[in-house]
Amino acid sequence: MAKKTGSEETVTYVDKSGKRLDGRKADELRKIKVEVGVIPRADGSAYVEWGQNKVLASVYGPRECLPKHLANPYKAIVRYTYRMAAFSVPDRKNPKPGRREIEISKVSGEALARAIFLERFPNTAIDVDVEILDSNAGTRVAALTAASVALADAGIPMRDLVAGIGVGKAGGHLLVDLNKAEEDAPDAVDIPMAILPNLGEVVLLQLDGLMTQKEWEESQKLAFQHVKKVYELQKEALKKKYAVEGNSGDMEAGARAAEEGVVE
Amino acid sequence: MSQILWNLSADKVLATLREGKRSDGRKFDEYRPVQVIKNVSENADGICRIKLGQTDVVAGIKMIPGEPFPDTPDAGTISVGAELLALADPTFEAGPPREGSIELSRVVDRGIRESNCLDFKSLCIREGELVWVVFIDIYVLNFDGNLFDACALAALIALQDTKIPKLDDKDKPVKGEFAGKLKLARKPVMCTFVKVGNSVVVDPSLAEEKALDARFSVTTTEDDFISAFQKGGEGAFSPEEINKCVALAFKKGKELRKQYCE
Repeated sequence: MAKKTGSEETVTYVDKSGKRLDGRKADELRKIKVEVGVIPRADGSAYVEWGQNKVLASVYGPRECLPKHLANPYKAIVRYTYRMAAFSVPDRKNPKPGRREIEISKVSGEALARAIFLERFPNTAIDVDVEILDSNAGTRVAALTAASVALADAGIPMRDLVAGIGVGKAGGHLLVDLNKAEEDAPDAVDIPMAILPNLGEVVLLQLDGLMTQKEWEESQKLAFQHVKKVYELQKEALKKKYAVEGNSGDMEAGARAAEEGVVE
Repeated sequence: MSQILWNLSADKVLATLREGKRSDGRKFDEYRPVQVIKNVSENADGICRIKLGQTDVVAGIKMIPGEPFPDTPDAGTISVGAELLALADPTFEAGPPREGSIELSRVVDRGIRESNCLDFKSLCIREGELVWVVFIDIYVLNFDGNLFDACALAALIALQDTKIPKLDDKDKPVKGEFAGKLKLARKPVMCTFVKVGNSVVVDPSLAEEKALDARFSVTTTEDDFISAFQKGGEGAFSPEEINKCVALAFKKGKELRKQYCE
């Protein structure tokens, strides 16, 4: 998350022509690339490049939950592990999992759990592991974006894909998808979100920094508006691997069928 | 209570909420009574014990001179730790912090740090050499739901009462002597909501937490800023629910601040 540098020099975060430090518009995402099935040994996997961020995600399971006392007789449990490679940050990161990684793993796993029909797989574990190979702000939302595609690749029935997006504020401007330089603004607000775009639900939401209620409501609108782009890229990537002739790869239809098949 | 009994209790909580009531009779936007107990430890530089219903937590402050971070040579810092003591709940175990207590301490930290209520520059003793590190250590003594709000409130009140130790010429604190009080520019107060079924209630009891689908914490300041959010739990919120929670967090934050932080 953003760390205040305390530097006094004034930086213009959005210039007169509406361009940001890296040339983007205020509501423009960085370039995002989604690939499906990048780890042959895994049950499902995905790779996401999001600006400079590079994330690998794998899914193993549903499989027997070990140790057994963690198993839930009513549903599968999701074990989400978010880790950053030692070389993924400007300094070297101690490879020992830090408090930040543990917290992110917890809330991200809970976010994914909402999307999965866990009741179908009692007593099992679904292990989702994501590794950040390179980072420049917004890694947790890139990681969730990759993880949910990996879950779909593993054939796990889901209510919706989980699409991540960051919104926030720098230099007094509300921005979409902040990069590191923007997160380091003295007045920076960083709001990672994960959304189920089709259901219109928020499954991950964090904020740090100072923001008014009005600014938040505006930011939330921006997030919902622009997360659609992430969602489209996720679907495109899945279609690229799975759409075959005679099959439109219409996942909404698949999701509806899955929904109807479940007794709740 | 075993997990099976909690599952039954969760069904009851949900059924009661569907009737528009809470299992302990509170309104959906009503906090349990708060009791503030001060002077729990003479060795702490600031201290506050909070009882929120039967939830019982104590936050103690220690001001320790330490080295600044290389990227902020002229700024002090805070460090928040939350310990879910084994004596507080049958499911808490001794040992290194787990994800529950790590999340708790990081969310309390975020609310305080990001509100800029502490002027970190004023906590600089000698630039590049020595700064104050404000250690906020929180212990949970009895767990009856909503640790987030109880811990955040205890930490805030303890900070308000914190005295800065006087340092001798070897930079060691002089016992019993102080160089003034810690100054707080704002009072960040956290409000936590849980969603059970389609109902959203504030200040969840333990039974409500065991039944929760999702949890949402909002930290607000008296000058109308949000300083932290944290969503938890395996459920989801609609954008409208989130906006309602934020609005209510401002209202409840004001009430709590007025009653317990002035």
